[in-house]
Amino acid sequence: MDKLDQLEAKSVYILREAYRDFRSLCMLWSIGKDSTVLLWLARRAFFGHVPFPLVHIDTHFKIPEMISYRDNLAREWQLDMIYGENAQALAEGETFPAGKVDRLTCCRNLKRDALKHTLAGDWPRYRLDHTSGQYQLDPSREPYSGVIVGARADEEGSRSKERYFSPRDQANEWDVGDQPPELWNQFKTDFAPGTHVRIHPLLDWTELNVWEYIERERIPVVPLYFDQGKGQRYRSLGCWPCTQPVASTARSVAEIVAELRSGKFARVAERAGRAQDKEDGGGLETLRREGYM
Amino acid sequence: MAAEQAAREQMNVVVVGHVDHGKSTLIGRLLADTGALPEGKLEQIQEFCRRNARPFEYAFLLDALKDEQAQGITIDSARCFFRSAQRDYIIIDAPGHVEFLKNMVSGAARAEAALLVIDAHEGIRENSRRHGTMLSMLGVRQVVVLVNKMDLVGYDLGVFAAIEREYTAFLERVGLEPAGFVPICARDGVNISTRAPWYEGLTVLEQLDAFPKERGRAAQPFRLPVQDIYKFTAGGDERRIIAGTVETGTLALGDAVVAYPSGKRSAIRSIEAFNRPPQRQVAAGEATGFTLNEELYLRPGELLCRADDAPPAVSTRLRVNIFWMGKAPLRAGRPYKLKLAAARVAVQLAELRSVMDASDLSSSRGKTQVERHDVAECVLETAKPVAFDLASELPVTGRFVIVDNFEIAGGGIVLQALSDERRVLEAHVSQREAAWESGAVALHEREARQRHRAKLVVAIGPDEAALRELGCALERRLFDAGHAAYYLGLSNLERGIDAGVFDGFERRDERVRRLGELARILTASGQIVITVLPEADQADLETLRALNAPQQILTVQQSAARADALGLATDLVLDPGTALPARVQSIWSLLEDRQVLPDFVI
Ligand SMILES: Nc1nc2c(ncn2[C@@H]2O[C@H](COP(=O)(O)OP(=O)(O)O)[C@@H](O)[C@H]2O)c(=O)[nH]1
Repeated sequence: MDKLDQLEAKSVYILREAYRDFRSLCMLWSIGKDSTVLLWLARRAFFGHVPFPLVHIDTHFKIPEMISYRDNLAREWQLDMIYGENAQALAEGETFPAGKVDRLTCCRNLKRDALKHTLAGDWPRYRLDHTSGQYQLDPSREPYSGVIVGARADEEGSRSKERYFSPRDQANEWDVGDQPPELWNQFKTDFAPGTHVRIHPLLDWTELNVWEYIERERIPVVPLYFDQGKGQRYRSLGCWPCTQPVASTARSVAEIVAELRSGKFARVAERAGRAQDKEDGGGLETLRREGYM
Repeated sequence: MAAEQAAREQMNVVVVGHVDHGKSTLIGRLLADTGALPEGKLEQIQEFCRRNARPFEYAFLLDALKDEQAQGITIDSARCFFRSAQRDYIIIDAPGHVEFLKNMVSGAARAEAALLVIDAHEGIRENSRRHGTMLSMLGVRQVVVLVNKMDLVGYDLGVFAAIEREYTAFLERVGLEPAGFVPICARDGVNISTRAPWYEGLTVLEQLDAFPKERGRAAQPFRLPVQDIYKFTAGGDERRIIAGTVETGTLALGDAVVAYPSGKRSAIRSIEAFNRPPQRQVAAGEATGFTLNEELYLRPGELLCRADDAPPAVSTRLRVNIFWMGKAPLRAGRPYKLKLAAARVAVQLAELRSVMDASDLSSSRGKTQVERHDVAECVLETAKPVAFDLASELPVTGRFVIVDNFEIAGGGIVLQALSDERRVLEAHVSQREAAWESGAVALHEREARQRHRAKLVVAIGPDEAALRELGCALERRLFDAGHAAYYLGLSNLERGIDAGVFDGFERRDERVRRLGELARILTASGQIVITVLPEADQADLETLRALNAPQQILTVQQSAARADALGLATDLVLDPGTALPARVQSIWSLLEDRQVLPDFVI
């Protein structure tokens, strides 16, 4: 088994543990490469099936290609697709840059709060109806007790402290200082009522591993990751007002892999193109602790 | 080049030791010496220290790297990632302070090799010993001891030899044999990646490179903890797939397999994988799945083995070594959850043989509980038999964790399988019976009036509705013949006596326990109590039998499959293909045979 085989086997094991022990389980799908790899790993783990819903938090500022890619794959792979949103913040213009708030507040509104309430089931959720091809209000308001997330330890400092199974308390808080032990392949799969657990099957993967795996498995990704002829591409996908493309002429997965291995990005962090990371040094850690991703 | 990169071997290394003995310095030095630092970083921090009139510390360098990582500037370096000619190494953070033992243990449990740092000047300290003990318990076998700060003792090899002697003796007591001792000066890079003229042994880097990666896991007996059984029906999928990760050994199409503890047998029909060409064989490390020739009713948690391999041990009583991290101590009389391979089962502390302080191995025999940071040898008793190996033979299926109050509170290794008994349950029943309060009417008087003996009849099988139908038909026939028979519907327990049973793995066990206690009371009233337990296994039946004592139990299984496919021993096996009255008649006849119904002599 090579490195990718080992990473894959571990992730599959974690996904199966999650599926075994969490009755009310979902996977967050941001449409980006990481959570798409995660989705693929779920199909590997469950022999072509994805036996839990995929939850997407729609900020309505996503680059349009992302949404059409999401719905196309959802149809093709027969996914149980759900989205949630912060309807109130959107209606009242509590967004950036058009609205009256800064970047981080916008993130808090459209991502953190939307995520929190979508998972808890107290804000409306919309589910893809495969017969009509339309999203419909989901009658189920059941909270999710297990949430699978595509976070990687190498993304930024706060994530390198994560566990594979990481509890969040009632207030969605993450106690970085007091985390449960993980021994061998035994994880925290028991949780008190009212709490939920974030599950991180991709924790050991690097950005390079993710692309190597996409290349090996031929996983379809959003074309925004590739240079379409303008000498730029997205390295990380988010909302259009806060995500800038990077200068790059990589037009295929193979070229991205080469670029990451030895080219210009070998020593530059992936989220360098994301503006909200820079606004305050520990901003993401704060958001994470508060429950956003 | 590309393929070679992806195929490069990776090894997780943990650096442990008492606080201030030089772990950060060693890590910084390893990164610097192997060219893993971003360009100019070292010089920048050195310059910063000079300007601020502070002595340079490698710990600053690591902190600076972490800060940068927090801000998303560099990627690899702060994961403490370095490479030798041999392979890539990932250094796992493992804090030295005892308060962070949970983190140290989590890190070390993932490590394939460990560097244990001891300050030559300060000598062996509390956490040097505690960490040595933990490495042994966690099964980290590839350990190098680094005697650091040799400069502070003037490179006196006598000091080095004394520490080597003393610490080797200590590790021997916890069953760990280090690969070697290296005298180093982490600060100046002595014997880290280059050898000092006065030294002839391996350097730190050479020691690491000398560790073999996988120690022949494929050559060991086949073990696959059954994580789950999938039957996804979407898209007309008919497969019933046994899923799990191969811990050791190999398995090929057609191989005969046995699942433990149930002992059910079958053979491999297909190896399943999404988006892969057909596969004939799987080996250790692979997360896989397959279908079997016979449709066995396997449960998640069983241990699948090859029929031609040495079988695992199966028992309810395990002699183990454990270390405890829970806030509340481990004590007898309290229910815990054991997670061993894929099994999850209720467990109790049956016997405490000795408790040791992990930092000096001083034992306190009189202790009645295991406190946080203690290491103990004890006997655990599970509510149901589990399959496992001895840690000395197959470490991966010989280790476990204990969950207390939703948290992993302890971990340990199995030393010995004791005889398969359920002493905790037996002790409970005998205490209960000793205190049993009887009324004015004796059971035999009731039996005489009712013209039958009190009995618990339990019907089991896969089809719940069919079982219910059978149970009710039996109740009707007994009642019509003038007997006091009562059908106890499980759904009635659900909302009543079982309300508040927390929805966890223990749920089933707890419901079976309550059913058993209730049956003891109902049968004491002289009735023939009929109930059904759709998914029962042998251990459930044993629990009911024990709890219903001194009254007797009669077990009936009803299944379309061959009786041995269920793998259960019951008093009677019914074929649901036959008509209902005929099935009821079979039970009736058996009740007569067993002298529960008349023609028995009063
Ligand atoms: N003299 C001397 N001091 C050292 C050596 N290695 C580390 N130190 C010092 O010991 C102290 C603790 O080292 P550090 O690496 O921070 O220890 P940690 O707590 O185990 O990570 C620091 O002041 C280091 O400079 C060494 O080889 N020689």
